[in-house]
Amino acid sequence: MAKKKVVLNFPPHLIDQPVTYRLITEQGVRVNILRARITPKEWGNMVVELNGKKARLEDGLAFLRELGVEVEHLAEEVKWREELCIHCTACLAPCPTKALYVERPNMTVGFDREKCIACELCLNVCPYGAVEIAIEQ
Amino acid sequence: MTRTIQEINEKIKQGRAVVCTAEEIIQVVKEKGVRQAAATVDVVTTGTFAPMCSSGAYFNVGHALPRMKMGGGRVTLNEVPAYAGFAAVDILMGATAIPDDDPRNKVFPGKFAYGGGHVIEDLVAGKDVRLTAQAYGTDCYPRKTLDTWIRLADLNEAVLFNMRNAYQNYNVAVNLSDKVIYTYMGVLQPRMRNANYCTAGQLSPLLNDPYYRTIGVGTRIFLGDGEGFVVSHGTQHNPGVRRSEKGLPQVPAGTLAVTGDLKKMSPRWLRGASFTGYGVTLTLGLGIPIPILDEETLEFAAVTDAEITAPVVDYSAAYPHGKPEILGEVTVAQLKSGEISVNGKRVVTAGLSSYARAREVALILKSWIEAGTFFLTEPVAPLPSADSGYKFKLLPERPWDGLQEAV
Repeated sequence: MAKKKVVLNFPPHLIDQPVTYRLITEQGVRVNILRARITPKEWGNMVVELNGKKARLEDGLAFLRELGVEVEHLAEEVKWREELCIHCTACLAPCPTKALYVERPNMTVGFDREKCIACELCLNVCPYGAVEIAIEQ
Repeated sequence: MTRTIQEINEKIKQGRAVVCTAEEIIQVVKEKGVRQAAATVDVVTTGTFAPMCSSGAYFNVGHALPRMKMGGGRVTLNEVPAYAGFAAVDILMGATAIPDDDPRNKVFPGKFAYGGGHVIEDLVAGKDVRLTAQAYGTDCYPRKTLDTWIRLADLNEAVLFNMRNAYQNYNVAVNLSDKVIYTYMGVLQPRMRNANYCTAGQLSPLLNDPYYRTIGVGTRIFLGDGEGFVVSHGTQHNPGVRRSEKGLPQVPAGTLAVTGDLKKMSPRWLRGASFTGYGVTLTLGLGIPIPILDEETLEFAAVTDAEITAPVVDYSAAYPHGKPEILGEVTVAQLKSGEISVNGKRVVTAGLSSYARAREVALILKSWIEAGTFFLTEPVAPLPSADSGYKFKLLPERPWDGLQEAV
């Protein structure tokens, strides 16, 4: 089983089509939607985590490209800078996936990169700049 | 059982003093009971590491040549305005000061990326900081402008002087409104989707000595990883609030004014902090040793998170409008569990005060005492306590109508 986080950009003409449904049923890819923004008549985008055998994933992505969906690697990543973190736990409340967590009873904060969906809700909550968005080059 | 501070200091000198942190003492009392614990333990160390806005530092930057009188002029450090209403080269930087050209909340919510708290952190870290000054010039101080790099080591004096730190207990902040609000208690999601708290709980200095029996004017403390002193009670000191059976204030109560030599501090314990939509502040490490003079001081110092309650306050309406209503009371133990219940609703909690780093303060202070490098002090004068009648008041506003002569 392989796992891949990608950004799918949907051209306006595909907005009314069940692309994700077909990706799942026809291509046999497990899709976990992390974020989605869909507006009629505009480009939509979704951040998804795809799960499946490597060949299936490649076929699935080829299928999407053929339909006109632009596939990008997830270029954004939240970085937790431990050396700046004071372990106050202010970031815990907004984090929807518990990627930022606290170990009790020591009350030290940790970051599980695998769980992070780069929703960025933590960014304006940390007073110390200890979480930041890193854009891949 | 009673012992004096002198006796404790003698034991510290001999390397025989028994020191526990305010966290460790809880277990000791559980195992040995109050009586035996008081007989064994000489000192309990406390700690806190949290945003403390009424902090600041004053500097004597030395005289430039020709001489310049900054007093009455305008001074900035890294573009953050400093107060210069003193003699020629004494200036004061407050933790919440921000550059004149900071956009503030014009584009809401503002980021407040850099301010006084960060200037203090940068200086303590040994970084170069840009000093600019404009003055009007006098016969004895002819110079009118200055633009130079300075650093901590070159200053004559650099002193942290905080008029209010170490709040004894604090509100738990929630937001009952329908929109996100940005406060000094952090970002509060609408309809009470989170509750933010700010206390070191069982490690908090003033919660371990609730009636200020041992902490007083002149008490030597841990301040920013250096040695500091309690100056007096802090501003807004409010000791007469309602208290639990064990004497713990159930709402924000006592405060401390403290001071210490910035040159002996470490940037790990003085951190500039940016609160989105609110402003800048300084997050500071502070710890106080509590001498175990008798069983009562020990019993107070053995306070647990489960015994400390804090009021839940709505920061969308009650707080800004100064209404006294509270939504309920929760214990620090509940707050630290990650979830509290307010009026039957489960609310996720997040902290602003670092418990992990508060423990570190208490452990450092413990190690100083055990190493014989830190001695306890007798208070020079007591702080106003619960029965003093000392009170915190609101401003009795008397609007100026533009016609009256000021008297």
